[in-house]
Amino acid sequence: MQHKLNLDLEMVDKARNTAKEIAESIQDHINTHTTTTIERTVARLLGIDGVDAADVPLPNVVVDQVLKGGELSRGIAYWICNAMLYYNYSAQEVAEEVGKGNINLLEIPAQDPAEVKKLIDELAVKMADHIKGRRMERERFIKELSLNVRPHIYVIVATGNIYEDVIQAKAAVKNGADIIAVIRSTGQSLLDYVPYGPTTEGFGGTFATQENFRIMRKALDEVGQEVGRYIQLCNYCSGLCMPEIAAMGAMERLDMMLNDAMYGILFRDINMERTFVDQHFSRMINSYAGIIINTGEDNYLTTADAYEAAHTVLTSQFINEQLALISGLPEEQMGLGHAFEMDPDIENGFLYELAQAQLCREIFPKAPLKYMPPTKYMTGNIFKGHIMNAMFNMVSIMTNQGIQLLGMLTEAIHTPHLHDRFLNIQNAQYVFNNARNLGDEINFKEGGIIQRRAQETLEKSYAMLEEVKEIGLMEAIEQGLFADVKRPRKGGKGMEGVVKRSEDYYNPFYEIFLNRGEDR
Amino acid sequence: MKVDYTNVKPYGDTMNDGAVQLSFTLPVPAGEEAKEAARQLVKKMGLDEPSVVYMADLGIDFAYFIVYGKCTHTVDYSAIEVPKVVTKKMSREEINEFVKEKIGRKITVVAACTGTDAHTVGIDAIMNMKGYNGEFGLERYPEFNAYNLGSQVLNEELIAKAKEVNADAILVSQIVTQKNVHIKNLTNLVELLEAEGMRDKVILICGGPRISHELAVELGYDAGFGPGTLAPDVAAFIAMEIAKREGKL
Repeated sequence: MQHKLNLDLEMVDKARNTAKEIAESIQDHINTHTTTTIERTVARLLGIDGVDAADVPLPNVVVDQVLKGGELSRGIAYWICNAMLYYNYSAQEVAEEVGKGNINLLEIPAQDPAEVKKLIDELAVKMADHIKGRRMERERFIKELSLNVRPHIYVIVATGNIYEDVIQAKAAVKNGADIIAVIRSTGQSLLDYVPYGPTTEGFGGTFATQENFRIMRKALDEVGQEVGRYIQLCNYCSGLCMPEIAAMGAMERLDMMLNDAMYGILFRDINMERTFVDQHFSRMINSYAGIIINTGEDNYLTTADAYEAAHTVLTSQFINEQLALISGLPEEQMGLGHAFEMDPDIENGFLYELAQAQLCREIFPKAPLKYMPPTKYMTGNIFKGHIMNAMFNMVSIMTNQGIQLLGMLTEAIHTPHLHDRFLNIQNAQYVFNNARNLGDEINFKEGGIIQRRAQETLEKSYAMLEEVKEIGLMEAIEQGLFADVKRPRKGGKGMEGVVKRSEDYYNPFYEIFLNRGEDR
Repeated sequence: MKVDYTNVKPYGDTMNDGAVQLSFTLPVPAGEEAKEAARQLVKKMGLDEPSVVYMADLGIDFAYFIVYGKCTHTVDYSAIEVPKVVTKKMSREEINEFVKEKIGRKITVVAACTGTDAHTVGIDAIMNMKGYNGEFGLERYPEFNAYNLGSQVLNEELIAKAKEVNADAILVSQIVTQKNVHIKNLTNLVELLEAEGMRDKVILICGGPRISHELAVELGYDAGFGPGTLAPDVAAFIAMEIAKREGKL
């Protein structure tokens, strides 16, 4: 990659090291705690799915029983497998019996601990193999078909009805989309369970359920065959069920997941002790499954002024990168986020956007950067909006972004109509093709507006990282250093689901996902 | 050139030419028959000389069209009356001065995006320090105590907060309008406030891209603000309304 910004590379290294220290400073907390959603994830990975008579997901049923009994600190895997041995049931049968009220996991006589561990490990390896199989299946598809050159065109479907989503997604693929994201029903991030089965009712999006994943995966594989491209499927691995969604995505061969380390804390008021533990495990799953994560730095710009807050994006990218590395996630799977959100009335705004995009490119050279479109300054003037999206596409092709979430000309009006996606895909294809190698032909003026802006943003980001390190990450969030919101360490949603691990805590997947990562 | 306000129709490049542009999709495969279908449909909409200037195949046997036509209808502009929030335009400084002088105490405002709505862009523009488009939000008004509760706030939580801080005004933002979820949320809030006996004690305001004053009043709100609203518009309304209610005008 060509360096064009004349950045102080020593400062980049220093900033990265500071971010590393920040990320490491919360690992003690992460390594000594588990959460209800992590244990539900383990239950799912051991083979539990479905709901009880009251429609409560069985992973919740088993975990809640053990939580109420005060024994979740040992990890759900032990309790499930202990019951499996005693009754000679499958994990699913155990969960069903718990759901019917026939079994209390805590009252079952303890079986030989070595046998229990053996069973846990067997089931875990079986699931890991399954996920690995899905990963290899993806690789095979990509080889057989193809992937477009980046930036990949990412569009959202959001009808609320998975079957309607399929129609919209197929149309988008035929028009040229590379990635389909099924946006979730608003509010799902705050549900402390994952809904079950196919769904046809949602608000502003469609519920993420494993069955919905399966339906869309199948549809995209079919239409991918027709158009001769592998079509990537994206969903939202955030909120109170981060790792569960990751596991479901890994099982159903999703390719991409929104997965930010701090988004839930800052923008959804989810408890930070919970989120930090959850993001760590969810990223291990995503890493092992070959899923590209997308981080949510665009949110820093929609809630604050994009010109002034530019350095907070870089700061968050640095922290997201380091936390992801600790989970074993390779750089090639880090879709670090940023956005084209400056006020269109700023003189030379395009230059500042270009500086920011190139800055991300140079600092994270291997990352398939996720670039988000203008939203804040989109109005009912769809014609101007269409031009703003073209400018956004131009920055992307000039700076070699990885994942282009297409702007919609009707952004401020409604969820996209069928032809809105068509028009915006045309817009992107036109700009990408017409200016394909423009970036290679251009150097920025030494000491000019773009170089100065990029260096200044880097300096501010480094200063902010130092400040965060000084105070401590959790304390910095408490004091409102990120996105101008203050979140108390013990406040927010989901705190009651954080459990201190006991000495005999066991979750086989930590080791498997980290250590078997090499055979990816 | 004199316009006949009792018989108004669209203007393209000549008075009363009725020029209208449309774009839409039909669930039929692109082709000559599809074009004819689009033409006929536009004619039924009351547009003469429909002309399909562009057609595209959307890939799933659906076709997209851009069509021009000449509108045959007119409206009587001179007879139109639209309910509006009537407030004097005041600057941030003038509003604060007004509150200080006429009302003599700080005004407390509680605001939120309610229900499952996670889009805070509107409420932030009105409430946050930084505001929007150069206009600072209510948090920066010295005579206002502004509480922005953020997104996905339950109506019950919003009411509890309003009680706790003894709010003069409640602001609700609704951006997601799919399946009219905003109407349900807004109606529910009014019902809860009435049940609590609080409805008459607060100034109740809603806002969002699909909110009009007319709709707001119909739902039982004191005012509704649509796109393009800035903090002083809302602040001035609240200040004037309090002054009016307390007989301090």
